[in-house]
Amino acid sequence: METLTFEYRGGRALAAPAAATLTGVVGSGNLEVLVEPAALDGACRVEVTTAAVGFGRIWQAVMDDFFARHPLADVQISINDVGATPAVVSLRLDQAVEAFRGGVA
Amino acid sequence: MDARTLLDQLFPAGHDVVFDGPYFAGSGRCGAGSVAVIGSVDAAPIGIELAHRMAGAVLDVVREHPGRPILLAVDTSGQRLSHRDELLGINGYMAHLAKCIALARNRGHRVLGLVYSKAVSGGFLASSLLADVCYALPDAEVMVMNLPAMSRVTKIALERLQALSQTSPVFAPGVANYLAMGAVEALWDGDLAQRLDAALAAPVDGDRRRAVGEARGGRLLARRVAERVRTDAVG
Amino acid sequence: MSHSYFEANARERLAQLLDAGSFRELLPPGARMTSPHLPPLDAPVAFDDGVVVGAGTLDGRPVLVGAQEGGFNGGAVGEVHGAKLTGLLERALDERPAAVLLLVESGGVRLHEANAGLIGVSEVMRAVLAARSAGIPVLVLIGGQYGCFGGMGIVSRCCDAIVISEEGRLGLSGPEVIETTCGVEEFDSRDRALVWRTVGGKHRYLLGEADRLVPDDIAAFRAAARELLDTRPDLSLAALEAEHARLGRRIDRFGDCRDARDIWTRLGIAAPERLPLLDTAEFLAATADRRA
Repeated sequence: METLTFEYRGGRALAAPAAATLTGVVGSGNLEVLVEPAALDGACRVEVTTAAVGFGRIWQAVMDDFFARHPLADVQISINDVGATPAVVSLRLDQAVEAFRGGVA
Repeated sequence: MDARTLLDQLFPAGHDVVFDGPYFAGSGRCGAGSVAVIGSVDAAPIGIELAHRMAGAVLDVVREHPGRPILLAVDTSGQRLSHRDELLGINGYMAHLAKCIALARNRGHRVLGLVYSKAVSGGFLASSLLADVCYALPDAEVMVMNLPAMSRVTKIALERLQALSQTSPVFAPGVANYLAMGAVEALWDGDLAQRLDAALAAPVDGDRRRAVGEARGGRLLARRVAERVRTDAVG
Repeated sequence: MSHSYFEANARERLAQLLDAGSFRELLPPGARMTSPHLPPLDAPVAFDDGVVVGAGTLDGRPVLVGAQEGGFNGGAVGEVHGAKLTGLLERALDERPAAVLLLVESGGVRLHEANAGLIGVSEVMRAVLAARSAGIPVLVLIGGQYGCFGGMGIVSRCCDAIVISEEGRLGLSGPEVIETTCGVEEFDSRDRALVWRTVGGKHRYLLGEADRLVPDDIAAFRAAARELLDTRPDLSLAALEAEHARLGRRIDRFGDCRDARDIWTRLGIAAPERLPLLDTAEFLAATADRRA
C-alpha cells in the first residue's frame, strides 16, 4: 500500500455548506472517494491510499486535471484505491463532487 | 481428550449419556443436580442430519426438563462440505440449532459450551459459540482455517501470516487466541467437575464477549463500535 | 423504471429501498472506523468497513437497516463490520422500530481477521435472536452478485423472513470452497446451471428456505419488505417444534436426491427442467402450491 497527498490552493468555497458524501466501492479496479467539508484555510487536500505502488506521477496528473475542472476550497478528499485506471479515477471524482455539490446521497 | 474420559471427569457421580455414531446425548449428575449433555465425537463434520439431531435434543430438554442446564460438548472439524448438504439447505439446519439454543436460553436454561477437542468454523459457530458462555480444554484446537489454506485463498505469503500470528490473535488457529478475544471465557484444567459446578453457579448477563475481549486486549474495537452504533444520535 | 438490485451497490440499494431521503447513517464513512487488521497484511480498507448501517423509514414506518457491500472483500465480516451489525440489532431493542432490514451480501468470514469475524458473526446471530425474542422482526434481502454464504447464510436463516431474487444465492459453503476441498466431481463450481439450481433463489424458494421470490428490481424488494413489516417473530417451543418437523420431513422426502431437478420432480412440478428458463412471474405461476 502507498499513501499519497496532494494539496491545491486558489479554489472557491461552495455557496451552501455540503454534507460528506461517499462514492464508489473499494474493489479490484475500483476506488471509493470520500468528500468532506474541512477547515483547511482555503485549501483542497487529497489523500490517496492505493494498493498499486509506484504510480505517484500518474496520480499527480489525474489530480491536477481534477482540480482544474473542480477548483474546490476547504474540502478534504480521501481515496481508497485498488488499482483503478486514471479514467475510472476521474469518473469517480466527478461523480463524487457532483454528489457533494448536489447533496445527492 | 476423548468424550468418554471427559464425561467421566465432568460427572464423577455418574451419567447416562448414550453414544450413537458421531452423536451423543444424555444427562450427568453434578453438584447442582442434573445437566443435559449434547455433543459430537471424532471431529465430526456437522451436516444436516447431525445439526437436526442436536437441535432435537435441545428441544427435548426444553420440553421435558424445564430449566435443566445444557452443556454442549461438540467436537467438529466444521460444517460438512458437500453438494447434497447445500442442496438441502444446510445453513437452515445450522440456524435451526442456533434458534433452539436461543429458545432454551429464553426459557431459563443455562447453556454452556465446552470445546474438549476440536472446534472449527461453521460447526463451532452454530453450537458452542451460541452458548451463554464457552469454555475449552487447554489442548483444544479452535480455528476457522489453517494458515496454509488461508495463504492459498488470500494469496498472502505463508511466512507473513506465520510472522504476524506471533503478535496478533485475530486470524491464526489457537485456543489462546479465542481466549484473548473473549469467545472462550476460560480454559478448564484440573478438576473438571468443580469447574462445571462453578460455571453453572456463575451469573449470566447477556453477551459479554466483546467486553471480555477488550479487557484482555485481544479484540479492542468490537465493543466500542457496537456501543456507538447502538447509542450514537442519528445524523 | 426498474433498477437492478444485483447491479447496485449497498448505498444505492438503501437509497431506493427506503422512503426517499429518509436514510440516516450511523458511524458514517467520515468516522473512518476502518479495520485495523487489514493494513498489517497490506490489504486495502474501506471507510465503512464494507457495511452501511443506519435508520430510515419504509412506507413511513421507522426501520433500522444494515447493507453489506459485496464489492469490498465480497462483503466478508471482520471485527468492525460484525460489530456494526450487532450494534444495529441491539439498537432495535432500545428504539423498537417496525423491523430491522438486513441487505445481506457476503461470502462469510473475512479471512484476514478470521477469528474476529467468526466471533463477530456469532454475536450478530445472538443479537438477531435477541431482537426477535423482544418481538422485533428481522427481515433479510438477498440479491447481490456475491450471494449470501458462510456465517451470513446461517444468520439469514436465524431471521424472520428472507426475500430473494432469482439471481440471489443462499447457502453455507460456496461451490468454489466445496470444489477446492472435495474435488470437482463433488461440486463443479464452473457449471453455472448447476450452481444456480442448487443455491439460487428459485430453488431456495421452492425448498422453503426463502419466503418471497421477487424479480431483480429494487422496487420489488421494497414491496416485499413492506408486506413483511407486520411479521410477528415467533421463537416459541411450538414454532421451533414445527420447524424441526418440517426440516426432518425434508430429509426424509429429499435426502436421497442428488440434484435440484429430482426435488422439483418430487414436488410434483410439471416440466421441472424448464424452471430455470422461466421469469419470476411465470415461475411463481408454474410452482404455485408446490413448495415444500
